[in-house]
Amino acid sequence: MRTMFQKIWERHEVVAETADTPAVLYVDLHLIHEVTSPQAFAELAARGLPVRRTDRTLGTLDHSTPTRTEQVFGGAPIAIESAARQVRALEANSAAFGVELLGLRSAQRGIVHVIGPELGLTQPGTTIVCGDSHTSTHGAFGALAFGIGTTEVGHVLATQCLLQRRPRTLGIEVSGRLAAGVTAKDLILAIIGRIGVAGGTGHVIEYHGETIRALDMDERMTVCNMSIEAGARAGMIAPDETTYAYLRRRARAPQGADWERSLEAWRELPTDPGARFDREVAFDASPVEPMITYGTNPGMAIPISGRVPARGDDPVLARALAYMGLEGGEPLRDRPVNVVFLGSCTNSRLSDLRGAARVLRGRKLARGVRMLVVPGSQQVKAAAEAEGLHRIFLEAGAEWRESGCSMCIGMNGDTVARGEYSVSTSNRNFEWRQGAGSRTLLASPLTAAACAVRGRITDPRELL
Amino acid sequence: MEPVKTLRSRTVVLAASHIDTDQIIPARFLTTTTRAGLGRQLFTDWRYGPDGAPRPDFALNRPEAAGCAILVAGRNFGCGSSREHAPWALVDYGFRAVVSTEIADIFRSNALKNGLLPVVVDEATGRWLIEHPGVEVTVDVETTTLTLPSGARARFPLEPFARYCLLNGVDELGFLLVQLPRIEAYERRKTAVS
Ligand code: SF4
Repeated sequence: MRTMFQKIWERHEVVAETADTPAVLYVDLHLIHEVTSPQAFAELAARGLPVRRTDRTLGTLDHSTPTRTEQVFGGAPIAIESAARQVRALEANSAAFGVELLGLRSAQRGIVHVIGPELGLTQPGTTIVCGDSHTSTHGAFGALAFGIGTTEVGHVLATQCLLQRRPRTLGIEVSGRLAAGVTAKDLILAIIGRIGVAGGTGHVIEYHGETIRALDMDERMTVCNMSIEAGARAGMIAPDETTYAYLRRRARAPQGADWERSLEAWRELPTDPGARFDREVAFDASPVEPMITYGTNPGMAIPISGRVPARGDDPVLARALAYMGLEGGEPLRDRPVNVVFLGSCTNSRLSDLRGAARVLRGRKLARGVRMLVVPGSQQVKAAAEAEGLHRIFLEAGAEWRESGCSMCIGMNGDTVARGEYSVSTSNRNFEWRQGAGSRTLLASPLTAAACAVRGRITDPRELL
Repeated sequence: MEPVKTLRSRTVVLAASHIDTDQIIPARFLTTTTRAGLGRQLFTDWRYGPDGAPRPDFALNRPEAAGCAILVAGRNFGCGSSREHAPWALVDYGFRAVVSTEIADIFRSNALKNGLLPVVVDEATGRWLIEHPGVEVTVDVETTTLTLPSGARARFPLEPFARYCLLNGVDELGFLLVQLPRIEAYERRKTAVS
């Protein structure tokens, strides 16, 4: 009896671990982007090494890449000179080492964790790594996917392998139906609130149970995406018919006879009945309400109708509240907001945009509110435009951008001003994350859209 | 990589828990294509005020912090992003070890690859160190112990291979490259079955 994690791990051990040495673990797919790769390519160049498996390596531009159309397509220079240098460095390194790059104007470019699944490259049973902690997203397909540092990016480029100790496993069983207006984002914020931001350290999480089975792939990705915010390097969900229906006929998924063969192998992956995780947690999803964060880490989340916890003598909480300009014990509801960001690898897929559009249709942003809508990929953008979602956003008064990480990390010039409150569908509310002195409240696309319409923290169920 | 065997230094303390990688090195400084010089931006948003002047009350800016190579921090240090720029910035600034009761996984892995020692100590030792900034301690890689001024020693976990690499200055990529014949054999096996 083995867990899914165990099956994938054992199949990818080139050399098994011993007391003295970690395992040599094979990597099926290596995704790279402009921010964490240049120093790795420099290391290869210095040692005269090639990229060993260019066919298992794919690059995209997302983190410091502009989202303004004129800078992507219109020939205007990239406004931030150091970002422009990074973009050029990845272009040059890809060309020099023979790695495929979905370049600035590619119709398939997008956030690294959005394009892998979208292209059908993210497949059950595979190992996937990227120099980015939210690589955990790909685990939604029953892959073992985790973030690595730049030195390890170099290891994978040169050898297609990593030296790894086997992590422990944490099973999170989720039961109960999600209430209307409550999304996968609310669920994962509630789970992190429960197990804590270090609750998954040293573990790979497998989410299972009836609630998880009922989620579509976009929702499963939102859940696995935020595993790292609970300290876990990876999150996984067993593949099932939902997974196969999503992958079937994707551009780079197996086709024809290959598809049938793959499907057969994928059906063997789920955790065997009776297999044990190192730790287990049971979570009831039915009482979960729309969630919002009040503090400076993703574990500081409350139901939107709740109150900020009393300050007490917890120095971490006191510091967070001081930064956020909030008082312990006060409700968040009806507090004014300045910026709304709909985007990031957590919530920038088509269904996220549809959800927000449902709230925004026929409505306008409240006076003084700025809203940025940044699709996760150029394919998401095209699909949203094909169904007219962009018109709903534009008519409401929001900005409609090219794909990228944008305000999630504020590297490309899309930032929140000092002291401003931003309701964001991204995954990190750290101090300064969205810009100097920015104050981030994490929430679902529905909640974000509702806050944009009212200009205040609003329960989305009032507008649905 | 230079071998790392022992380290003796006074400590500087940042008591906050959950110090994330965005605090260690903010994202706006990641638009670099080298690993040099990041120490200048270490903890920027805490070190400097909005006007760019150093905040005198921040621990790293106090005169007694000069030359300290050991950073003591609250629990769950290094959570957040996988950016290796975080250990690069700490090392460039002059730190050689980070001591906490809990250190995030990816940060710890990145730190070891750059000769920065992630030292995870028990609650009592962690609390004592936070309450006594500036004490001189010794971190010994061979025996995986941290020695307090009283002579008391605390063991810390260190993965055996990481310890071996630190003590002998072994570079992991070199180790992996030696495995290439086995990697090729694995690939042949795999294509044969799939
Ligand atoms: S959207 Fe945000 S969290 Fe996701 S990869 Fe980009 S910067 Fe990282």
